[in-house]
Amino acid sequence: MNNASTWQLISCIMRRDLAVALRRRSDIINPLLFVVIVVTLFPLAVGPGPDILGRIATGVIWVAALLSALLGSERLFRDDFLDGSLEQLVLLPAPLPALALGKIIVHWLLSGLPLVILAPLCALLLKLPVDAWGVLMLTLLVGTPMLSAMTAVGAALTVSLGRGGALLSLLLLPLFIPLLIFAAAAVESTLVGTSAYGQVLLLAGLMLLTLTLAPLAVAAAIRVSVN
Amino acid sequence: MSVVLEAQQLTSVRAGRTLFSDLSWQLAAGEILHIEGPNGAGKSTLLRIVAGLLQPLEGNVLLFGQPQREDPEHWQRQTLFIGHKPAVKAELTALENLQFQSRLDGVTLDDPWQLLETVGLLGLEDIPAQQLSAGQQRRIALARLFYSQAKLWILDEPFTALDTRGIDLLHQRFAEHLEHGGALLLTSHQPLTWSGERLQRLRIEAADE
Repeated sequence: MNNASTWQLISCIMRRDLAVALRRRSDIINPLLFVVIVVTLFPLAVGPGPDILGRIATGVIWVAALLSALLGSERLFRDDFLDGSLEQLVLLPAPLPALALGKIIVHWLLSGLPLVILAPLCALLLKLPVDAWGVLMLTLLVGTPMLSAMTAVGAALTVSLGRGGALLSLLLLPLFIPLLIFAAAAVESTLVGTSAYGQVLLLAGLMLLTLTLAPLAVAAAIRVSVN
Repeated sequence: MSVVLEAQQLTSVRAGRTLFSDLSWQLAAGEILHIEGPNGAGKSTLLRIVAGLLQPLEGNVLLFGQPQREDPEHWQRQTLFIGHKPAVKAELTALENLQFQSRLDGVTLDDPWQLLETVGLLGLEDIPAQQLSAGQQRRIALARLFYSQAKLWILDEPFTALDTRGIDLLHQRFAEHLEHGGALLLTSHQPLTWSGERLQRLRIEAADE
C-alpha cells in the first residue's frame, strides 16, 4: 500500500526533475546564451544608435525570450516518455494536474527565472532607459510562468509524435501573442511616463488563468500520449 | 482464497483490430497469472488496462471487488506496474534512482545499501544509470519489488535482459510475495520455473479478421 500524500509525491517529482536537470547543465545554459547572442546581434544589424535600440529593446528581449522558450521545450516530457517515467507518473496515487503543475514550476525555475535575472544585462546591451528596467523584469517575472505553462501543454501534446519540434513551435508561438502585446505595452507606457500598472495586472491575471488551466490540459494530453 | 483481481468481459480494440473480447478471469491471493500469446496478441495491452493506463472498450476490472473506475487513486495505491520501459532516470545514479523511486512508492528506505546488494548493484551505485548495461538498469527498476507493499504486481516481461541469477532472484521474490498473500500478473516469453496450483495460464490470440 502506497501511503504517500499528494504533497510528498509532488515534491519528490520536483526534486527528481531538479536533480536530473542539474546533471545536464547545458540544457539550462544554452537557451540563456541564445538570448544573449540574439540581443547582441541587434545592435550589429540595426546600428548602435541609442534612440533606435532603446525603442526596440523590449520587443527584442521578449521575442528572444519566446524563441528561447521553444528551444528546450521539446525535451520537457520527451525523456520521461522514452524511459517510462511518464506512465509511472500517470500511475501515481495523486491528481495528475497537480503533478503537472509541479513539473511546470521546475521548468520555470530552470528557464524563466534565470531569464528574469539576465534581463538587466540584455537591457544594458540594448540601452533601454534605466527607468524601464524594473518594469521589464516585472513583465518577465509574471510572463515567463505563462511561457512554461503553455510550453508544457504543447510538449505534452506532441511528446509521442517523435519529431514534434517544428509543429510545437507553430502551435505555441501564436499563443504567445497576447503575452508579447501586453508586456511590450507595459514597458512602453513606462517609457512615455505613464503607469504600467494596468498592463502588469492584466499579465498577472493571464498568468493565474494559465497556471490554473494549463495543468488540466497537460494532464489530459499526458494521458493521451501514454496510450 | 480471497479474490484479488477480477476481469469481467474485457474487450479491447486497438487500431481497428480486436485484440481480445469477452475475456473474464479471476486471480486469488497467492496466485500467479501468466499471460501467454504471440507477439502483438495484446498481452501488454491487457496489462496496461489492469494497471489503469488504458481503458477497455468494454468490460470491467475489479480489485477486491471494487471497480477500477470508481476510485483510481485507491487502485493505484494497491498496485505496482513495471512495463517494458524501466522508468530509470539515465542521468541519476542507481542509488539516487532507488531513493526517488522508493519515495514515490511511499516507502522510506532504512538501508538502501542493503537493497543495492540484494539486486546485485553494490559497487555500481555512484555510476549514472546511462552507463550501466540493460540488465543492470532492469535491476534498478525491479528493485522496487523488494520493498513494495502493493498487493497486486503487474509485470510486463520482467525477465528481459536479466541473467540467470537475476531470474532466480526474481522467482524467489515472487514466492515471498505470494506467501504474503499478494497476487501477480505477468507476461513472459521465458518459461516460468513455477509449478503447482498457484500458476494459472491465460492464452490470448489475436482474433483474425
